Amino acid sequence: MARIGVFVCHCGENISATVECDKVAQAAAGFPGVVHSIDYKYMCSDPGQNMIREAIREKNLTGVVVASCSPRMHEPTFRQACSEAGLNPFLCEMANLREHCSWVHEKGEATTKKAIDLVRMMVEKVKRNQPLYPIRVPVTKTALVVGGGIAGIQAALDIANGGNKVIMVEREPSIGGHMSQLSETFPTLDCSQCILTPRMVEVAQHPNITLYTYAELIGLDGFIGNFKAKIRKKAKSVDEKICTGCALCTTKCPQKKIPSEFNEGLGKRTAIYVPFPQAVPNKPVIDKDHCTYYKTGKCKICEKVCPAQAIRFDQPDEIVEVAVGAVVIATGFTIHQTGFFPEYGYGRYPDVLTGLQFERLASASGPTLGEIRRPSDGKIPETIVFISCAGSRDPAKGIEYCSKICCMYIAKHAMLYQHKVHHGKSYVFYMDIRAGGKMYEEFVRRAITEDQVNYVRGRVSKIYERDGKLIVKGVDTLMGAEAVEIEADMVVLATAGIANPGAEELAQTLHVSYDGHHFFSEAHPKLRPVETNTAGIFLAGACQALKDIPESVAQASGAAGKVNILFSKSELTREPLIAVVNRSAPPEYSTCVGCFLCQPACPYQAIEKEEIKDRSGKVIKTVARVNPGLCQGCGTCVAFCRSKSIDIQGYTHEQVLAEVMAVLEND
Amino acid sequence: MENKIFEPKIVAFVCNWCTYAGADLTGTSRIKYAPNVKIVRFPCTGRIDFMLLLKAFGEGADGIIVSGCHPNDCHYTSGNFHARRRWISFRSLLDFLGIDTGRITFSWVSAAEGAKWAALVNDTVSRIKELGPYTDYEKVARYYEEEVNHE
Repeated sequence: MARIGVFVCHCGENISATVECDKVAQAAAGFPGVVHSIDYKYMCSDPGQNMIREAIREKNLTGVVVASCSPRMHEPTFRQACSEAGLNPFLCEMANLREHCSWVHEKGEATTKKAIDLVRMMVEKVKRNQPLYPIRVPVTKTALVVGGGIAGIQAALDIANGGNKVIMVEREPSIGGHMSQLSETFPTLDCSQCILTPRMVEVAQHPNITLYTYAELIGLDGFIGNFKAKIRKKAKSVDEKICTGCALCTTKCPQKKIPSEFNEGLGKRTAIYVPFPQAVPNKPVIDKDHCTYYKTGKCKICEKVCPAQAIRFDQPDEIVEVAVGAVVIATGFTIHQTGFFPEYGYGRYPDVLTGLQFERLASASGPTLGEIRRPSDGKIPETIVFISCAGSRDPAKGIEYCSKICCMYIAKHAMLYQHKVHHGKSYVFYMDIRAGGKMYEEFVRRAITEDQVNYVRGRVSKIYERDGKLIVKGVDTLMGAEAVEIEADMVVLATAGIANPGAEELAQTLHVSYDGHHFFSEAHPKLRPVETNTAGIFLAGACQALKDIPESVAQASGAAGKVNILFSKSELTREPLIAVVNRSAPPEYSTCVGCFLCQPACPYQAIEKEEIKDRSGKVIKTVARVNPGLCQGCGTCVAFCRSKSIDIQGYTHEQVLAEVMAVLEND
Repeated sequence: MENKIFEPKIVAFVCNWCTYAGADLTGTSRIKYAPNVKIVRFPCTGRIDFMLLLKAFGEGADGIIVSGCHPNDCHYTSGNFHARRRWISFRSLLDFLGIDTGRITFSWVSAAEGAKWAALVNDTVSRIKELGPYTDYEKVARYYEEEVNHE
């Protein structure tokens, strides 16, 4: 038999000014099952909470209704108080008399009557509440970091330094990502490699980090704390354990004309190659698509010259399965390539470059060893034009967003050019200069005032070649929309940053959501920027949205912090307000008929198939089961279930029906 | 009963994350609205079994409000889309059954839209007042009872 206690709060005068609290308490005392009903000035105060605790003990209450403010305000307070008195916290409910009644209605009979109705609703609900207990899930204290750019490196190091294991997967033969390609970084003009490579080495040498390069994540199953990841280690055709990294093979390889990805096609590499001198791991891989042996069956020069005999042509791809408790996605971005700007002639004119290509030209480790020279004839450009928003902020091109990093790197490029070619003239065509960030605006100012970069506010309509010069036709909107024509030797396009081509596929593998541009979606744009909607999977860096290095690093550290919080306990506790499929005695076992309509409805892949077997192991019935680690408690499956076999704890069919009946009861 | 001013009974089925919080904001902003509506809290509009709406009419509700997060804002990513889809098919079922769909308000109220919640309630209340008490359901029930007795 239910023994319910009702506690009506005045909230000072916040409730009692419009609701007659004593009348509410009196009326509640008459509800069936209510054995204790009082009103008090401040229920959340210490004496107020004591009244609840004492009543639970003295009257042996089986349920508590606190009629006061919104449960979003004080539900934890009162549940805690109940728990202290030995009552299961989930047997406490709140009637919202303040936000939903006293504050929004005038004083009068109708308001008090509504308050009574609200209390009746919760009394009827709480009678049907069941004691619930937090769900405990074990946690595997290993994190998987997908992507070895600066975001992935930062996340991996932070997690590893927190004392947890990390497995890092990188698609390319070396970690480092786009940051390793950069010449210098804004706004300090630090050498990118100088600050990055020590971190890369740290990753390789860290005892807590296992590094898989030239590898891809191909599958992820499980749930927070208990994922199983499948990784394909592509065959490098080199035995890493034996290879000493002497790179003799790379000098002897006859295939010498393959465009280097690291140099954005401006340099050449061999078929067996190390992407760049500071690569981590600094061991070559064979590019099977270009290798003479793989193509024709003859050559094997690298095998002959290798002093360590480390070449393995028959090495197969290897599939590795690892157990991890959390995943950090840090797969980064890419930039728009050829064909996107026919009016700018990119791909047609060799001296029209992308921003990343210019980085390689300006980099001391680049194809020109840091001298800015035209790819076409190797001459030093006397006039150079930078065009911002090449693709970005252009709905006609399908990209409405701002790529965020270009304004700053264009200023940097122009500055680097002026530092290297003192007599040169540089122009920047821009829409707006977006230099929000510490020391960013000052940096752009410096480019304009100290380095005399000519900023022209306007768009470029066309670029064409005339007598070996690139004619840039644009407009200067600050000079009365005057047409501008510049004879340039080189043009650099700040092409839009876009999501990696494999992003959509990866999102589907990981079951995380992504936006229309294939950037991964965070769980909340303001308050949960590093989490995805899938518990246990976190985001770092430009795979979520374009961002610069400091922001990527900050987000990576944030994600690592979240992972370390998750790993700080060996068990995870979660609120038990989740869906459950009913179970009953044989021969029914469950009213679930196994239609699995619930499965596609679940946004969290929490519905599993469970086989009920007899003693001989024969399957009697296949029913749905809700994985308590994955279920977030939305209840979409509950409304879908045709046989009403799934119910959600805390909002059961019985509870909500009782509430509806109680609202509409008598007059 | 005849002489009394008709005060409709309206049940609101709302999600915990957007509309319930939005209604809380109406309270904190002290925006006044009609006291005819009582809120039943759900984790998500996706949880709402629309048969409950019929049950509410059967128990004497004159009007119903269903409200949750705006599309794309669902706390659970897609529950409100399920609710919307369900509402679209349920609406034609109601039409077919002869239940006036004008008695149900389906809307989105975010946690920041306290004023919208008040306006939504007031609009619904005045609309239901115009429509008058809902008795069709009782009529159907009575008719059904007679049929049973007849047999």
